[in-house]
Amino acid sequence: MFGDYSLGDLGSIFVMQGFAGLILFSVYVLMALGLAIIFGQMGVINMAHGEFMILGAYVTWMTSNLFQTYMPSLFGGYFFLAMILAFLASGALGMLVEWVLIRHLYKRPLDTLLATWGLSLMLQQAYRSVFGAREVGVELPQWMLGSLHVTDSIEVPINGVFVMCLTVLITVGVAYVMYKSRWGRQVRAVVQNRIMAGAVGINTEKVDRYTYGLGCGIAGIAGSAFTMIGSTGPTSGQLYIVDTFLVVVFGGAASLLGTIASAFSISQTQSTLEFFMSGSMAKVLTLLAVVGILMLRPQGLFALKVRK
Amino acid sequence: MTDNRFFNRSELIGILVLAVFLVVVLPLTLDVFRLNLVAKYLTYAFVALGLVICWGYGGILSLGQGVFFGLGGYCMAMFLKLEASSVENTKIQSTPGIPDFMDWNQITALPFFWKPFNSLTFTIAAIILVPGIFAWIIGTAMFKRRVGGTYFAIITQAVAAILTILIVGQQGYTGGINGMTDLRTLKGWDIRPDHAKIVLYFFEVGCLFVCIMIAQFVRHSKLGRILVAMREKEDRVRFSGYSVANFKIFAFCIAAVFAAIGGAMFALNVGFMSPSFVGIVPSIEMVIYTAVGGRLSILGAIYGTLLVNFAKTSLSETFPELWLFGLGGLFIAVVLAFPNGLAGIWGDYVQPRIDRLIASRKSKPDGWTDSSVADGAPAE
Repeated sequence: MFGDYSLGDLGSIFVMQGFAGLILFSVYVLMALGLAIIFGQMGVINMAHGEFMILGAYVTWMTSNLFQTYMPSLFGGYFFLAMILAFLASGALGMLVEWVLIRHLYKRPLDTLLATWGLSLMLQQAYRSVFGAREVGVELPQWMLGSLHVTDSIEVPINGVFVMCLTVLITVGVAYVMYKSRWGRQVRAVVQNRIMAGAVGINTEKVDRYTYGLGCGIAGIAGSAFTMIGSTGPTSGQLYIVDTFLVVVFGGAASLLGTIASAFSISQTQSTLEFFMSGSMAKVLTLLAVVGILMLRPQGLFALKVRK
Repeated sequence: MTDNRFFNRSELIGILVLAVFLVVVLPLTLDVFRLNLVAKYLTYAFVALGLVICWGYGGILSLGQGVFFGLGGYCMAMFLKLEASSVENTKIQSTPGIPDFMDWNQITALPFFWKPFNSLTFTIAAIILVPGIFAWIIGTAMFKRRVGGTYFAIITQAVAAILTILIVGQQGYTGGINGMTDLRTLKGWDIRPDHAKIVLYFFEVGCLFVCIMIAQFVRHSKLGRILVAMREKEDRVRFSGYSVANFKIFAFCIAAVFAAIGGAMFALNVGFMSPSFVGIVPSIEMVIYTAVGGRLSILGAIYGTLLVNFAKTSLSETFPELWLFGLGGLFIAVVLAFPNGLAGIWGDYVQPRIDRLIASRKSKPDGWTDSSVADGAPAE
């Protein structure tokens, strides 16, 4: 399949497709970061993660509509506010869900999968009732459209670069919170030994709730980024949930670095392959490769040695 | 109590009740259209039955049973499609004698992997072997490396996603998103008229009972007890000298083969097969049936399947908006409140009362009061 292209062409193709895959990469990283916190740290399989993401996308869509109607002059900056709102909305919903549902299930991880799947069905129907079954699209502000011409054969989309910078910032922020802050230490303490953490005075229930909320909130931000690559519908989130779980598992659960590396390799493989074959075959090949590697190396790319 | 290897007395009664229900009551009370719906639901019961062995007893949650359902269904559908695409049936095509969707996709010769499906014997073997071997490969790769639990669930889910995308993408070879439609005859016998539907229904119920017997046998044999032991304390079983991986692979393969038989029955009874029965959503729905019926109960899984599907059909006919809320709520309720599903409710609340009623009738017909019922309610 490479035979028809010269080496220089191939280079340009890889770079272009690589940058085109940046938004996909960002969505994967943000989704997977939230999931890695929830699944890797808490052991909860959150099948409703895609729906939390879509909530963020709907919030972004509503914010952009608000700006368009009432503050057209500030439309260029709506995305920043939308992201914060998306984080808050998804985070709040996540904390509510944790309180109602998840906290009863910490001892039965496989059952969280079933319960959150039920939750995701209900959320989908709720979106359909509230926002309608039709997919909605967000209009990008003027400054995010277009692309930078690096050389005459390489173009880089501006929104991709922008979203990626944001992703890097958020990732660094999450890493800081998890590994440097007092609260992050508490989270990790609870994960490692719940009983002892409680004995030294950590409010484990509160830590659980905020951890889950943080994971869902980051999914909300992923939803904001998602509005740039696809239109938002009630079931759009479901398409991403398997990919995201694969990203987390492939990276090695409980490893933030692994999550980023696997999100990068999966999104770039898919994006590059898409140039050479149909989108569906690209996806099949990517997923097959991931599943194949996971069968050979079940612990993922970067595995922490944890005593169970 | 008889000490039969296959079932104790209450299980025997349960199976007989189910047999009477499926063989006598339903065919007498329902018209052919509704009976065919039941036949469609029962195809899922095969999957649920497999999940009882694999998930309930073995503790292996597979979210990819749709894959095996689909493989079995597609094997059957390929045979039926080939028979429906005989040269005289398809003479308006540019290449007569190949399925219509191939002709639409400019394929001019039958692909090599379609050719063996001209033979019914091969097809029947393939329905069992293709999913069985596929499950064996996945199971060996995963369980030999001691991957289990949530990881296994996620990987099976990914496999379901891959197969769906593949079937939809390779339209010329698989019929794409529409699947294989317009299936007509089985060895010259038309499967579409009403009397054929009734025959197929009874054939399916027969197969279901064969599978129930196999499941009963597995459950009551030493194998079943090892599965349970493995679910509860895997390491102890391993240290006792059993090959945990092999038992897991076996449970997974049995579940896969049951699902594949269900899929083949689906193609026969419903008359088409499409990727919408392969992916993640149907696979998880099949887990719901088992969870609702009770993951530890062979008969419960069948009642659960029938109940959820009846609810789905009637709710989505009358209140399409409410159906997903209902299904989601059902899922959450089952997980939170009734982890053992219908069978758990039956075993905890109904059965003890019946037993006590029978016992008190036998010993002292007038001796029991309300308080004795309240005292004795669920023992544990």
